[in-house]
Amino acid sequence: MREEEGVLLAGLAEHGVSRRSFLKFCTTLASAMALPPAAGLAMAEAMASARRPSVIWLPFQECTGCTESITRSHAPTIESLIFNVISLDYQETLMAAAGHQAEEALHNAIKDNFGKYLLIVDGSIPLGLDGAYSCIAGKSNLETLKEVAKGAAAIVAMGTCAAYGGIPKANPNPTGAVSVSDIIKDKPIVNIPGCPPIPVVMTGVLAHFLTFGSLPELDKLGRPKAFYGETIHDRCYRRAFYDQGKFAKTFDDEGARNGWCLFELGCKGPVTYNACATAKWNGGTSWPVESGHGCLGCSEPDFWDAGSFYKALSMPASPLKVAAGAAVAGAALGAAVSFANRTKKGAAKAGHETTTLPDLEK
Amino acid sequence: MSELQLLTWARGSGLDLAIGIFLMGVLWRLFEIYSLGRKKDLAEPRTVAGASGMSTVLRRSIPPAGMLKNSPVTYVAGYVFHVGLAIIVFFFAPHIKLFEGLLGFSWPGLPSQIVDFAAVLTIIAMLVLLFDRITKPVKRYLSTFQDWFTWTLTFLPVLTGWMAVQHLLLPYTTMLALHILTAELLLIFLPFTKLFHAFTVFGSRWYNGTVNGHKGVAV
Amino acid sequence: MSASLEKGVRVLKEVIDAPIASYFSSCVHCGLCAEACLFYTETRDPKYTPIHKLEPMRRLYEQEYTAIGRLKKLIGLSKAVTDAELAEWQELVYNSCTLCGRCSVVCPVGNDIVYMIRKFREGMSASGNAPDGIKGAVNRTVTIGSPMGVKLPAVKAQMRHVEEDYGLPIPMDAEGAEYLVMLSSMEIMNFPEYLGAIAKIMHQAGKTWTLCSTAFEATNAGMQIGNSDLARVIVSRIVEGAEKLKVKTVISPECGHAYTALRWEGANLIGRPFGFKVRHIIEVLGEFQEQGLLKTDGFETDRLTFHDPCQLARRGGVIKQQRNLMNMVAKNFVEMPDAGFMNWCCGGGGGASAIEEGEELRMEAFKKKKSQFDAVKPDRVVTACANCRIVMEEGLEHYKMDLPVVGLTEMIADHIPNPVVAKPEGN
Repeated sequence: MREEEGVLLAGLAEHGVSRRSFLKFCTTLASAMALPPAAGLAMAEAMASARRPSVIWLPFQECTGCTESITRSHAPTIESLIFNVISLDYQETLMAAAGHQAEEALHNAIKDNFGKYLLIVDGSIPLGLDGAYSCIAGKSNLETLKEVAKGAAAIVAMGTCAAYGGIPKANPNPTGAVSVSDIIKDKPIVNIPGCPPIPVVMTGVLAHFLTFGSLPELDKLGRPKAFYGETIHDRCYRRAFYDQGKFAKTFDDEGARNGWCLFELGCKGPVTYNACATAKWNGGTSWPVESGHGCLGCSEPDFWDAGSFYKALSMPASPLKVAAGAAVAGAALGAAVSFANRTKKGAAKAGHETTTLPDLEK
Repeated sequence: MSELQLLTWARGSGLDLAIGIFLMGVLWRLFEIYSLGRKKDLAEPRTVAGASGMSTVLRRSIPPAGMLKNSPVTYVAGYVFHVGLAIIVFFFAPHIKLFEGLLGFSWPGLPSQIVDFAAVLTIIAMLVLLFDRITKPVKRYLSTFQDWFTWTLTFLPVLTGWMAVQHLLLPYTTMLALHILTAELLLIFLPFTKLFHAFTVFGSRWYNGTVNGHKGVAV
Repeated sequence: MSASLEKGVRVLKEVIDAPIASYFSSCVHCGLCAEACLFYTETRDPKYTPIHKLEPMRRLYEQEYTAIGRLKKLIGLSKAVTDAELAEWQELVYNSCTLCGRCSVVCPVGNDIVYMIRKFREGMSASGNAPDGIKGAVNRTVTIGSPMGVKLPAVKAQMRHVEEDYGLPIPMDAEGAEYLVMLSSMEIMNFPEYLGAIAKIMHQAGKTWTLCSTAFEATNAGMQIGNSDLARVIVSRIVEGAEKLKVKTVISPECGHAYTALRWEGANLIGRPFGFKVRHIIEVLGEFQEQGLLKTDGFETDRLTFHDPCQLARRGGVIKQQRNLMNMVAKNFVEMPDAGFMNWCCGGGGGASAIEEGEELRMEAFKKKKSQFDAVKPDRVVTACANCRIVMEEGLEHYKMDLPVVGLTEMIADHIPNPVVAKPEGN
């Protein structure tokens, strides 16, 4: 029954979701991506009538947080039902199968849908020790990625690890972790960074892909502009306090309790592109700044190495190393020059030839 | 390199390097200049209250009689620039955090709108001073490459900092990186250009005041 | 005939000190010093900007005393100071600078430009690039005893005239006198009333004083040409004379640079503090006035103004005394704009008046002084420097202004009743 057309609406009805609600969901999703109203309808129709495409989800050097985020979404059950719209043929955490059966499912999905399946990747890909740092079924992630990417229509790099390398890539990067786009160069890739990403961002991108058969407009870092087009800072509800210079100095001072800007406590909002300030988390319950903690910048490349989470953007990102030595060097150099200067002046004085009247003429 | 990576470099290695060169340069140059010493003045001194090195260090900030009317642009724009720059550098909260990170202590800042206002005035004053340097015969005659270069070195951090806060032209991350990088360039070149007057003005005024104070003349 | 660039450079290396290094490092090219200098304000030629007058010395400082400057010199990136350049700079360092010091009080970063010009002249003179006019004056001072060539017999002749006219003795070589009075050539030649005035004032105050036969000339052309060796020779005569006669105070006459040379440079030239005090005549008169030793009669009633000589007021610290003295004998004393500390130079000090080829420039610069006069329209100008008097008289004549210039000491003495004293019994 899963391959039949028009099954989504029936499935939804079984779960008590009316067609009307489904339409409403689609138009909301469309507007969240700043698409025209007609797109919402188009999305609904596409999803309702789509032949459910095959989706393969490969987990590499990851923490499973991205999977947790998507499945923990407390959004209307419709979101999780979206997974009924796609044919999630391989997902290690969620699938029932294991071992050889799981492997077989993967191979069949690739074979049956070659060139047409959507590949979702989470986790970074380690290159160190020939990729031995992360292997599944005896094969390195690197090898697996290259193999499975061959038949993918598009790749979704899910989470900051897959998009940019994430925490494994953080200094000193012992496993030689890299991102998906560092390895695959010949397929359309959409990066959905975040540690983890916001659930609705994932579903929005998928819906776009299903509706239009292409990936949404992406920014320079491969992120959908609909969700990553603005900085947290530019959408932050505490922005007025930043503009006035009202900052919380500690996590429990009066400023903090008054909800003042968290810039001085290390908020990376100004340099972070994500939808947290608008879409928020846990079905719109809250988000880090609203809870009183600065943004970590988790959707940006190398955010783990961008200086302490608790040091403001205007503070040094790492402790000064050369300053003390340079000062000593300066004093030493200065002393040397002083010695040379005084010697020269002394020599000039010693070599003084008293001027007499005739000496005024050349 | 992504924008954030550039910013992180500017805040990290770049800052380290710039402060290192700055400290090295300042110490080296202070030794270089003041090691030449000064002969003791054997003439019988005349002691007059208010005629001393220290008083000149302070008093020289006031234009002598008749000079303000004579050269209003240099004095007024010069003051707006210096005071404005001091307000921005020392009383903008994010900058105070930087000092806190470097020195270990901080002080209260001014509301950001006031700093913003000061920044605009500073930018205008600097443009006025540039125009004056180009159009006034004496200033143009005296000016060398270094004068234009140091003007640019000083102007860019003020401009890019203000543009970053105002979200003008480039995305914030890039603008902030440019601001920090241009400020680092300023630090690097400061000890080796006329900008070093930031340090030597005290010594110069003091010497002038002392030599003249010996004669009982309050300069 | 051994002046050379090498000698000049060596001398400059000797005199460049921490203040000069600090000043060159502080200059921000703001141009305010030009606005303070009458040679710029009246000609509008930027080359007269005070700090620009020091450009060769600045380059020398950089090339000799800074690490980067030395490096640049090593790799051939710096412009060497040449003899031709120093010759070119002669006009700027001498003709267009009277060491008036206005630039030094105006510079916002505190540069003492006149201090630097004085030191630059050491190098200029040692390299043979000082102007002929001042060389002549130095020559005459060192060999004859005074820059105008006045010898002892001429002095003695003046002494006799004054004795006759005033009926007061003019002591010479009187050991143990309290004051040793110095004269400037100008006074001996052009304003002999000064000597008579001194006699009257000293007599009234009851002070002992004397002239010195081996040291009657106060003017120090060595200082004007900027050569410490020669300035030392000239000052030493005065020191020897003062010490030989065991005087308490040496009085510097109504002359600007003589005061600076003796009072402020003297001890440093001979390398030890003086055993006697040095005072300008105006300072002494001021002291007498304070102590009630100066009793005058009557007042000048015409409109008078006072021209503060640069070396006395701004550079010497004597500013209030002349005003107190003026008020003692003048009913209608008005101050010019910028009078006192910020007064504008007459344009002829520092040896400038001895430079023939600089006359045209001096006349241009005199417009500033003229503007001060025009602002108050005095009947007469009073001053306390013989050189200022001559220079102003020349300038006033050039601009066809009928404005007499008089000396303050004489004016004070004019209001001291002539003493009734028996004629001296011969020398």
